[in-house]
Amino acid sequence: MARITASVYTSHVPAIGAALDLGKAGEPYWEPLFKGYQRSKQWMKEAKPDVVFLVFNDHATAFSLEMIPTFAIGTAAHYKVADEGWGPRPVPDVQGHPALAAHIAQSVIQQDFDLTIVNKMDVDHGLTVPLSLMCGQPPADNFAWPCPVIPFAVNVVQYPVPSGNRCFQLGRAIRRAIESFDEDLNVQVWGTGGMSHQLQGPRAGLINQEFDQAFLDQLIADPATLAQKPHIDYVRDAGSEGIELVMWLIARGAMSDTEPGGKAPLVRHRFYHVPASNTAVGHLILENQ
Amino acid sequence: MSLDKPYLDVPGTTVFDMEQSRKGYWLNQCCMSLMKAENRQRFLADQRAYLDEWPMNEEQKQAILTADMNRAIRAGGNIYFLAKWGATHGKSFQQMAGSMTGMTEFEYRDMMIAGGRSVEGNRVTGEDGNAQAHRQPQGSGTGKLL
Repeated sequence: MARITASVYTSHVPAIGAALDLGKAGEPYWEPLFKGYQRSKQWMKEAKPDVVFLVFNDHATAFSLEMIPTFAIGTAAHYKVADEGWGPRPVPDVQGHPALAAHIAQSVIQQDFDLTIVNKMDVDHGLTVPLSLMCGQPPADNFAWPCPVIPFAVNVVQYPVPSGNRCFQLGRAIRRAIESFDEDLNVQVWGTGGMSHQLQGPRAGLINQEFDQAFLDQLIADPATLAQKPHIDYVRDAGSEGIELVMWLIARGAMSDTEPGGKAPLVRHRFYHVPASNTAVGHLILENQ
Repeated sequence: MSLDKPYLDVPGTTVFDMEQSRKGYWLNQCCMSLMKAENRQRFLADQRAYLDEWPMNEEQKQAILTADMNRAIRAGGNIYFLAKWGATHGKSFQQMAGSMTGMTEFEYRDMMIAGGRSVEGNRVTGEDGNAQAHRQPQGSGTGKLL
């Protein structure tokens, strides 16, 4: 049977991708940030997931205003890296896992979550920056990400976005789906985006370290209560784009302790840094026990 | 019964809700078209002509032509769509966000390095934080991206 071994949480700031792609990772501005992910890259090599289920948001890249799915699961075999206006990032295309993705879609829809099924989608920095942070830049002689990825896009651009509790319950449904897949697979679920940031208006540049640290604490210890936090609290306290943090609740909902009798996860890594461009960067690795 | 929009009293902030989205549809779709390199070239060659191909209102076109992102957002623009236009001019998200504060690029960058903007006084309209209307502009920038 497939099993979820761990969940990973990280911000997905586009400037992080640009810093890596332009060889600026060693500069004083960026060095402390990338240092915080050194342990994570080592952990990834040891954890060797067969598949990563990657929750992210599309930033007006694959989905314009023509169609805005609240939850979209990628069931394709292959995803191209998007040109977001600066040209595509020089990173490998993403290989999907159509069999597991189709299984999850079938199971989760039957658990009353109406997913949109996507068979063609270019993936933007929301998906590729977390891969770069966790896997490093793939070498030229083996230009590929270490494992297949199932992209799961959440609308957090067009308000109203799904509630924290909806995301948390969806995560639980995804766990049940993955654990009912017959093949023996080591699956990780990643939640990305956040932490506090605001990219627009005279309030741009908002950072709230107190909010972010409290969010990390509660995400670890009491996610069901955290899931009750209303949208307005994110907007007011963590910035208009801080609302991306609801996506972390999907990954957290997929951990075993969200069912009665499940053991609390082990915190393998926690990191927080301000700033990356406009954004507070938060990162956690939780392992199921 | 009217809808509950508790976010309308967050200072210096426009939440991209259904009403803004409806208003900004063509402005955002026009920006979206700049994800193609050939469209970026055509836009840069004659911006007015490119904008005239889209059924936008004049206020939306002027927001783009004057590189005033706050104006574009008021007119229904969303930052992630407008970012395609900013990228066409070679600008980063930090330059775009900073332009909306009235700070110079360097003033804004320094604020971020110092830990970013505090939320104190900036939660609700009428407090005294630096994002409040009575404290604009915040720096010695032009308020324009270009």
